[in-house]
Amino acid sequence: MNNTTSIVAILLAGILTDNMVLSKFLGICPFLGVSKKPGTAFSMSVAVTLVMVVATAVTHPIYTYLLYPKYTYLETIVFILVIAAIVQLIEIVLKRFIKPVYNALGIYLPLITTNCAVLGVTMLNITENMNFVQSLFNALAAGLGFMLAMLLFAGVRSKIENADVPEFLKGLPITLIAAALVSLSFLGFAGIGG
Amino acid sequence: MKKGYLSYLTNGFIKENPVLRLVLGTCPTLAVTTAAINGIGMGVSATIVLVCSNIVISLLRNVIPDKVRIPAFITVIAGFVSVVQMLVKAFLPSIDTALGIYLPLIVVNCIILARAEMFASKNSVVPSILDGLGMGIGFTAVLTLMGAIRELLGAGTVFGLSVTSQFISPMIVFLLPPGGFFVFGILVAASNAIAKKNGKKIVEHLGCENCPSKAMCQNASKCEEVTADE
Repeated sequence: MNNTTSIVAILLAGILTDNMVLSKFLGICPFLGVSKKPGTAFSMSVAVTLVMVVATAVTHPIYTYLLYPKYTYLETIVFILVIAAIVQLIEIVLKRFIKPVYNALGIYLPLITTNCAVLGVTMLNITENMNFVQSLFNALAAGLGFMLAMLLFAGVRSKIENADVPEFLKGLPITLIAAALVSLSFLGFAGIGG
Repeated sequence: MKKGYLSYLTNGFIKENPVLRLVLGTCPTLAVTTAAINGIGMGVSATIVLVCSNIVISLLRNVIPDKVRIPAFITVIAGFVSVVQMLVKAFLPSIDTALGIYLPLIVVNCIILARAEMFASKNSVVPSILDGLGMGIGFTAVLTLMGAIRELLGAGTVFGLSVTSQFISPMIVFLLPPGGFFVFGILVAASNAIAKKNGKKIVEHLGCENCPSKAMCQNASKCEEVTADE
């Protein structure tokens, strides 16, 4: 019972109130770089979500059973290497067994190794003392939150493309200011889920 | 000191400022700049990692096989990040609390990997040190400036000293995430305006050319399609 409520709270927080991109500033590079078209934004977020969940499933037990309590200072170095290995592995597996998915997501996978959102989620799971199940849901929520932000922002950007933007704001500045407005709207969710 | 050497150092200040001109390391730029002091803390930590990793990578540039260079770079960087993380935790606990998870996340700071890939792996030790130092100073300067602006508008203080908080009520939104995006947008616009005045290229959007993962991305050509204009 208690577990279910906490999982609902984790999902709500991850997707809305503590959105990965818009309130924790993780994964800004893909958020600004790959959000031009809704299609690519969607594929990228699916790839990120996939890697986040798999990476959490692997790093959480590693931390709990191998690193804790003696070798916690190795967290950073172990996690990043595990994530890099997982990304490679996912790429190989997809390429070999699920070709259509590989064709759709393959481009984005190598970029995810150095995506701070993935490392960020695995580390937040540890700092927030989540158990294994909670961590998995937190990773899922973070991925879905990333997807929501990406899709919403892709919509906003396609409008900007046709808008008459002042000369000095053209390009990146107006994109950032639009992101500020999207982020402002997410502030409205504060308080949901306790 | 030869003039050539000096330009390695000053390159990162303005001409190739990592944040405003190369648009690297946006995550920490936006996340930790709620106060000027956090900007300095983050900037200095990243600079130390950058200089140290540049030294080691430059020394090992002929030893590391080309195929595994990115994992090797990441390992070197992660090692130094762990060291800095422990030092900050031990000696500056308040900075450690303020930076939180973003301190270990220096590992995936694009600036460091990008300089390792673009500069340190191709140059000898002394230029690599200067490059790392210059980039680090450029990064720290922008972070501190942005931290100061957000702190001034959002809390009415700079470096914790009261400036306008007595007579103007602070606009807290600048300390919240939207303020980060907004101030950064304005800073990029200002830097673009200055660049344009001096006849330099303006930063339009994040493209493949600045992507630190470009080297390990076997799909660099496809990536152009992804980010290219319709």
